[in-house]
Amino acid sequence: MATEALTTKGYITHHLTNLTFGQHPDGTWGFAHSAQEAGEMGFWAFNVDTLGFSVLLGVVFSLIFWRTARKATTGAPTGLQNFVEWVVEFIDTSVKDIFHSRNVLIAPLALTIFVWIFLMNLMDLVPVDLIPHAAQLAGVHFLKVVPTTDPNATLGMAFGVFLLILFYSVKIKGLGGFLGELTLHPFGKWMLPFNLFLEGVNLISKPVSLGLRLFGNLYAGEMIFILIALMYSGGLVLGLFGGVLQWAWAVFHILIILLQAFIFMVLTIVYLSMAHESSH
Amino acid sequence: MNINATMIGQMLTFVVFVWFCMKFIWPPLINVLAERTKKIADGLSAADRAEQDLELAQEKAVAQLKEAKQQAAEIIDQAHKRSSQLIDEAKSQAREEGDRLLKAAQAEIEQEFNRAREELRAKVAAIAVAGAEKVLGASVDAQAHSVLLDKLAAEL
Repeated sequence: MATEALTTKGYITHHLTNLTFGQHPDGTWGFAHSAQEAGEMGFWAFNVDTLGFSVLLGVVFSLIFWRTARKATTGAPTGLQNFVEWVVEFIDTSVKDIFHSRNVLIAPLALTIFVWIFLMNLMDLVPVDLIPHAAQLAGVHFLKVVPTTDPNATLGMAFGVFLLILFYSVKIKGLGGFLGELTLHPFGKWMLPFNLFLEGVNLISKPVSLGLRLFGNLYAGEMIFILIALMYSGGLVLGLFGGVLQWAWAVFHILIILLQAFIFMVLTIVYLSMAHESSH
Repeated sequence: MNINATMIGQMLTFVVFVWFCMKFIWPPLINVLAERTKKIADGLSAADRAEQDLELAQEKAVAQLKEAKQQAAEIIDQAHKRSSQLIDEAKSQAREEGDRLLKAAQAEIEQEFNRAREELRAKVAAIAVAGAEKVLGASVDAQAHSVLLDKLAAEL
């Protein structure tokens, strides 16, 4: 808690502000010192904490799985290989259940999404003040440790999936087929503008709902952790109660973070499966 | 909580990690899984085969044992036959030999008997002559009475 953030509102705001690097209105580049300043930086600013933690966790995922994959043997698996194979098999089964066309990208994509998002969500279980406070001691003012509570991160991934949907729709059905699907259904060619509107909303809603669902769940979870953390300043009894609440919420949150990672993965597979098969 | 270029950064990061996973993580792992599945399936079928082989071998062993027993019985049978045959042969040989020896002995006895008879006969003639000489008190000319003497000897 910084000197400016001793009030409840300040504390919450502080926790919800990203460490943003961008161009100040006066033309110089640097870190934003408040949420307002960050907003004034416009589009060409980067949330360093979001990117940093997501890259770090992505590297953790890649290294662990890559090392295991390199050393994997066909004999009886032990330890880490066991776990990794369990995850891979789980993903493989999920993909095979949902996705019936042939595409070598889908399964690795699903694996990356699942494990990466799970790891990012997992940061939510680190006590809310721990890393930000340590960072503050090191001179960093704002730090959000959970990348998936930043809509930029979730929407970034969602639009990545969206581009894949567009790419495979055009690749499999042809540009004409894809445009036809967008314009000629469900009411035939005389209702073309109406069809385009319906199908367009349908199409756009996929990445938006995908990204915002993950963001909303994690943001709300994080917010509750912050509110519970506020109770620690309310005396011994309230503090103890807060401790119990935090433990309970953390246990429940384990379910949420797994579930949200799984939902993001399954919906990605479903959307790409729809892109591969003509639905009409 | 502003939408800014972080989104683009995140998208690129996402692409990189997915690419890495697709290139270096997924294929070896899924290959290992497939290979192990194959190995286990092979192992199971090999076990099945081994079990069948064992059964076959047991059946074969039982059959061979039976055959061996039969052969042994045959051999013993043959040996019995052969031994009784040998005994019979030996018996008949011994009988023949005995007969032969008996005949030879009989022949010899007969020969001996004949010779003794001849001798006796010759001596009888001499004794008869000597007796007659005594009775007649004169010598008998053996030459003159040889016909008589021979006749006498022949009657003995």
